[in-house]
Amino acid sequence: MLIFVADADVSWEFSDLIEAIYSAPTYHLVFEGCLILFIVGLLFQHSFLPSKRRGGSGDRLSKAEEDQLIAEWQPEPLVSGDPADEALLASYQRCATSQVGRSVTYSDGRTLVNFATGNFLDFIGEARIRDRALASLRHYGVGSCGPRGFYGTMDVHLHLEEQLAKFYGCEEAVLYSYGFSTIASAIPSYAKRHDIIFADERCCFAIQQGLEASRSKIIRFRHNDTAHLEELLQRQAEHDRRNPKKARVTRKFIVVEGLYVNCGDICPLGELVKLKYKYKVRLFVEESASLGTLGATGRGICEEAGVSVQDVDLIAAGIENALATQGGFVVGTKYVVDHQRLSGLGYCFSASLPPMLAAAASEALTMVDEMRGERTARLKSVSDRLHQRLLAELDNLWSVEGAPMSPIKHLRLHRCTGENSLPALEAACAAAADAGLLLTVARYVAQDLGQPAQPSIRLSVNCNHSDSEIGSLLDFLKSYATGLAKK
Amino acid sequence: MSVKHEEQFEPTPYVVAIITYIGYVMLAVFGHMRDFLRNHGFEKNLIATEPARTKDFVPLYQNFESFYTRNLYRRIRDCWNRPIRTCPGAEFELIDRKSPDHGWSFEYPGTHTRAINFGSYNYLGFAETDGPCADAAAAATETFGCGVGSPRAEAGNLDLHTRLEATVAEFVGAEDAIIFPMGFATNALNMPALIGKGCCVLSDELNHSSLVLGARLTGAKIKVFRHNDIADVEAKLRDAIVYGQDRTRRPFKKILIVVEGVYSMEGSVTRLPELIALKKKYKAYLYLDEAHSIGAMGPHGRGVVDYFGCDPRDVDVLMGTFTKSFGGAGGYIAGSQHLVALLRQRSHSGLYGASLPAPVAAQVVTAFQMLMGRAGPPGEGARRLKQLEVNTQYFRASLHRLGVIVYGHRTSPVVPVMIFMPGKIAAFGRETLKRGLGTVVVGYPATPIIESRARFCLSAAHSLDIIDRSVQIIDEVTSLLLMKYSRRPPPAWTAGITREWAEAQLKLVDQQRRPHGAANGGPVPRRPVECRGDPPDKVADENDAAVKDNLAAVAAAS
Repeated sequence: MLIFVADADVSWEFSDLIEAIYSAPTYHLVFEGCLILFIVGLLFQHSFLPSKRRGGSGDRLSKAEEDQLIAEWQPEPLVSGDPADEALLASYQRCATSQVGRSVTYSDGRTLVNFATGNFLDFIGEARIRDRALASLRHYGVGSCGPRGFYGTMDVHLHLEEQLAKFYGCEEAVLYSYGFSTIASAIPSYAKRHDIIFADERCCFAIQQGLEASRSKIIRFRHNDTAHLEELLQRQAEHDRRNPKKARVTRKFIVVEGLYVNCGDICPLGELVKLKYKYKVRLFVEESASLGTLGATGRGICEEAGVSVQDVDLIAAGIENALATQGGFVVGTKYVVDHQRLSGLGYCFSASLPPMLAAAASEALTMVDEMRGERTARLKSVSDRLHQRLLAELDNLWSVEGAPMSPIKHLRLHRCTGENSLPALEAACAAAADAGLLLTVARYVAQDLGQPAQPSIRLSVNCNHSDSEIGSLLDFLKSYATGLAKK
Repeated sequence: MSVKHEEQFEPTPYVVAIITYIGYVMLAVFGHMRDFLRNHGFEKNLIATEPARTKDFVPLYQNFESFYTRNLYRRIRDCWNRPIRTCPGAEFELIDRKSPDHGWSFEYPGTHTRAINFGSYNYLGFAETDGPCADAAAAATETFGCGVGSPRAEAGNLDLHTRLEATVAEFVGAEDAIIFPMGFATNALNMPALIGKGCCVLSDELNHSSLVLGARLTGAKIKVFRHNDIADVEAKLRDAIVYGQDRTRRPFKKILIVVEGVYSMEGSVTRLPELIALKKKYKAYLYLDEAHSIGAMGPHGRGVVDYFGCDPRDVDVLMGTFTKSFGGAGGYIAGSQHLVALLRQRSHSGLYGASLPAPVAAQVVTAFQMLMGRAGPPGEGARRLKQLEVNTQYFRASLHRLGVIVYGHRTSPVVPVMIFMPGKIAAFGRETLKRGLGTVVVGYPATPIIESRARFCLSAAHSLDIIDRSVQIIDEVTSLLLMKYSRRPPPAWTAGITREWAEAQLKLVDQQRRPHGAANGGPVPRRPVECRGDPPDKVADENDAAVKDNLAAVAAAS
């Protein structure tokens, strides 16, 4: 304080200091004294750091107090006492005793026409695939007995990866052993904390789990609404202009589905690619449902939209639907995909796909290749025919959601009773079973942000569904809904 | 003699640690030098680079993430991902690879190498191309095909699934069980159904990546305790209960302790009896991942619960996989009826993922049936369990006698042998393969940086001759690479574990083979609810007595 009154270039002697004190007014000295006392007081204060505070002698609980608290603590039960969803649990009790093909036989002896499973190309039970799987079983056994890194790589895995890459015209493919874990592992192997992901709000739950695991900032855009996406991208670009340093290290991604399982819509890939280049955002496409069902030769959404696969950074798909086996894969350039061999958690730390399933997938892929889109075209026309008939004959009873050529359609009961509840739809599925049809409601977990506001019956079309099978489905839907409306 | 906690973790000798660090420093220095040369065009750059179309995007991954891959991992890449072309049984055939460019890429000259398999998880030798399991899988393929194409909760339930669930529940001694098609996903996709925000997960620091991911996806507070350190678990438990959640200071809703039965990189066994006592004392819940222990530990193969003689109902969540002991794929969670019912309604895998393919389910059901003495040749399941146990102890004892540092529990079929120095990782992997032994070597980041190791997985498919041959190869290679670091004498228990002992044990189990259903047919007799904490010593003593008789007989015969 005394220093402040001094001139910088005047050198001070100790005697001058004493003299200054003498000559200073009393109020000044009193003020200085108070300040010094205050500083000393601060020095002796307790620290305000919460971490130090807890260790402070006054705050630490004694052992007896701790024991008291521990004895008082009552945890919630591990399993909450929510009432069980009996209809859902019943689906684990309904046992198929035949293959889940175009028709399914159950343990109660009923054989139902299947409109519920993702067997789009009717590959389940296909003799060629089965024989290849059996041959593989007799050569490799069932399990692979290890992750890919530790002797879990069989020649069939390498062959299937090569085949997938060639099928898509990409540099490299990576094989996962479970469809759900494919995209859920692929996203967090690139997107990290502080990165930004633009995701369609109706993305399937596997994508959402990937987003969650990445810990990135998630921005959801309205379903298939490229204008909304562009608005968000623009806002982000504005943000980036203000903070270029941060923008240089922030990766940005768009994540979409080729064919949305949750609503049966097809994504506007062409426009998304334009946005990708305009805003320099990487584009990841999940196509578990669109592989084999879209495109002239079944090569999925890129072929359907006329987009080069090179314009999509990464394509991930499960092979559990159209290819009728288990697992999933990611294809793309070597630069992108190879990274997953060391950082895709579901790839590195999981046992590899059982070789017989890889062999089955390989045979199924060969079939898709050889058919040159014949079954895909048939599937599209059956789906389209079903869609048109649903609109023409049942428009006043059921609402149908999904693209006409999509093999996935969501049906809701709005129109006949004004009410569309899950129990009502479950009852409809049960009635369908009595009429010889296998239907299912779409199931979601509570945390699923992509689920539709209204529950639905998810129809899955098989390319070999005959006109009479479609006819009986329509007859059932009509009579059931009419019956409801009368009540 | 109690073998309960006979674990070995000989500390790293100082000299070895220093040399190891120097090794990494050298590698890093050379790595930076080579990067410099590559960046300035003196050395050909073979790294996959950003395609032209996305050249001006933010790089997809950080450069330093790939420094390790580029400069350390790449040089010894031939030790991993070795492709095989046969069933991963006691022996396998590897497809030879050649790298024309020091590990950047591989070519396949079309030749093959036959080797003893100590790398695959095939504890009970169920990786087979014929026999009851493969036959069942083939029959299931004929009936059901390979895929299902629907989640269990919609239309993907086969009668095989229901049978497998009942079998698993009976085998592990739980009320009910639910199965999933991928072991990794069993952890990652089900933990969020059990706990969530406002809860606390106490996780062992060496837990598998799937448990870590599962815990992260729950949104709960994660606290990590030191590996197998019960005192640390208790301290963290007390802390969690007393001080509650960070910031809000509200008490946690639930606390879940997550451990593995056998740790696959350490060969250690969790301290289950102490954990059960702790969880009861503090009202926490226990999640036990038996991926490497189900089928491989315990007198009946029912995992560490069986090994310690605990009551399975004391473990809230019993998780395990079908990959390692049963030659299949997928996993299960067993527990109370309420728990399983909850999972059936909330499991991400049950509601969204396709269900387990029929051939895999058939293989696993049959393997379980064999262990329970209900399928296959009489006594075959019991024989496999005994063979694995004898193999494990015999192999471990032989390694101890070589003077290498062996980690882990005496009865754990995962046997890590310490390598330490980075240069020796590849040397060990290559030299053993050259002599006809396929094994796994692991280094950073799968282990702490200086604790690189080789890992041997025992199998009931290995014969004693195969084990002797492997030990001889390991002897040669470890002498060559100066890997006999151990300064301790072999542990006391190894004294009696000789080839004669092993043969006598196996002979004994052959004599004990009884027709179907008699030996291991019924459910395991329910143990007292209080955990005894000791393995059935008495049984062991009886066995020892019988072995002595047998040894006498062998001696007399010779």
